[in-house]
Amino acid sequence: MNPERRQLLGWGAAAAAGLALAPGLRLVELAAARSPEKAASALQRWGLLIDVAKCADCDACVSACRDENGWTGHGRPATDVQWIRKVSLRDKHTGHAQTAPLMCQHCEHPPCVDVCPTGASFKRDDGIVLVDKHICIGCRYCVMACPYGARSFVHEPVSGQKPEVPRGMGTVESCTLCVHRVDRGQSPACVEACSQAMVFGDLNDSSSEIHRRLKSEPSTQLRADLALNTGVRYQGL
Amino acid sequence: MARVHYREIEGRSRGFYLLLTILGIFIAAGLGAAWSMEHQGHHITGMTNRIVWGVPHVFAVFLIVAASGALNVASIASVFGRSLYKPLARLSGLLAVALLAGGLAVLVLDLGRPERLIVAMTHYNFKSIFAWNIFLYTGFFAIVALYLWTMFERRMNGHSARAGLAAFLWRLVLTTGTGSIFGFLVAREPLHSALLAPLFIVMSFSFGLAIFVLVLMAACSWTGRSLGEVVLNRLRTLLGVFVATVLYFVAVHHLTNLYIARQHDVERFFLWDGGIYPWIFWLGQILVGGVLPLALLFGARSRSAVAAAAVAVIAGGFAQVYVLIIGGQAYPQQLFPGKEVSSSFFDGVAASYAPSLPELALGVGGVALAAALTVVGLKVLPFLPAKA
Repeated sequence: MNPERRQLLGWGAAAAAGLALAPGLRLVELAAARSPEKAASALQRWGLLIDVAKCADCDACVSACRDENGWTGHGRPATDVQWIRKVSLRDKHTGHAQTAPLMCQHCEHPPCVDVCPTGASFKRDDGIVLVDKHICIGCRYCVMACPYGARSFVHEPVSGQKPEVPRGMGTVESCTLCVHRVDRGQSPACVEACSQAMVFGDLNDSSSEIHRRLKSEPSTQLRADLALNTGVRYQGL
Repeated sequence: MARVHYREIEGRSRGFYLLLTILGIFIAAGLGAAWSMEHQGHHITGMTNRIVWGVPHVFAVFLIVAASGALNVASIASVFGRSLYKPLARLSGLLAVALLAGGLAVLVLDLGRPERLIVAMTHYNFKSIFAWNIFLYTGFFAIVALYLWTMFERRMNGHSARAGLAAFLWRLVLTTGTGSIFGFLVAREPLHSALLAPLFIVMSFSFGLAIFVLVLMAACSWTGRSLGEVVLNRLRTLLGVFVATVLYFVAVHHLTNLYIARQHDVERFFLWDGGIYPWIFWLGQILVGGVLPLALLFGARSRSAVAAAAVAVIAGGFAQVYVLIIGGQAYPQQLFPGKEVSSSFFDGVAASYAPSLPELALGVGGVALAAALTVVGLKVLPFLPAKA
């Protein structure tokens, strides 16, 4: 076989392989940008990266969450619902002070989902941990099980609900990672309000900023000893 | 042994109806409390987002734990073949069912959405210990009912031992399930321990027997039946052994924690500087619920000392469940080791809690329901022996 002919065959084989693989690659692309009608996919794992060093002493993330999801308080912090809160930290030995937002950590192995008797607490395939408001009986076992104090029980009647964020007295709720926004291809409200300290993205997508940064920079999980593999990661703690 | 004669209580005296009326008032108050909590929300209670399980859970868990323990006397008779206890076996079964019904009523009425109970019966997550317990509790009703039937129905008497064994095994699993509700909570340092399952079992032995002894003494005294010294002395010794066993498990639990550096803060909180909880632990749980009954049971030899010891065991039992459930939540979860934490969620500090009237009314209503079911049961069926 002369070299030209061999090269031609080589090009032909490459073209054939390309034609065969292209639909597959196209499928991967489609899966990454799914339409709202399609079910959540385990190809994604949504997560947050919070850079504590860049977290200012403000509550922009909390206000944005409250506005987006409509969880207003009644001036009773002990019973008011809190989907996200700012915690002030101070090292017991050095006195080094920091502040950071704390919310549902969207664990891969969520204790709240394990203990829920009806299955109202559940994890979507893409890693978002939610409460099905229709089958939550208000037993609060998930609140007992959550290591992060991330869940609130609705102690009082709710009004002014947002159509995309159903709520109800006598049920438990927590950060949804703004699932309604994520399904539209947007970022959670807290991230939009504080893009300097918070990054949202797909932990599985090697081209995403969150994946890149977690790969190249040190980060921690809260209560990493529990091996829950949280979707929310912190830097600079 | 001569055939035991059972007789219903007469239940026509003024005292009987007065007792039922008083219990009825407490039950109505409990239902009223549950109705307000459901309509206005749990903010009318003392519960918060940090203490999500309040006094109703203390009552419910106490009653459920005591229910399985109340069955012990029947088990001793039919499983371990002690014929001395046989005349008391029916009362033991009745109390077990009544106490469980009272406890479950409180638990269900304290739900955020009690009207969705049907959801809990139709949607199951089998990894949840609560879901297992739904089967364990309903199964307990069924097995004890069957057991009682084998005791009541003469043709079935021959199967009583086997039914008793099934009920005994079931109750061990049931109390393991109740203890594991707390013991499997990996996120709660004060509770997370496999010891809680056996601890709950010995607690059930102790609380259940204390209630049984009191009910037996009251029923015999009010209906003019004699209660023999031999039986009472056996029950006295048994209660003493159970109380001591509970103390042993509590000691092991705390000593284990004291050995583990990570748990030192937990122990300091519960034994020393955790606000009201060390007081309830030392005075309520240990002194009233442990030392005092032991002194009364083994020191004094009078009937009133036995009754007083049983009352002390019950009071100490409530203290123990209170410290475990409320204290277990009040202790702040450790999210950031080595840091002082503060937030709008009261991170880093012990959560405050004061029981509210609706919660107490609901809890007491559950006790009243258990008592009323027992009283009515004694009237309609021959649960009590003519003489014990």
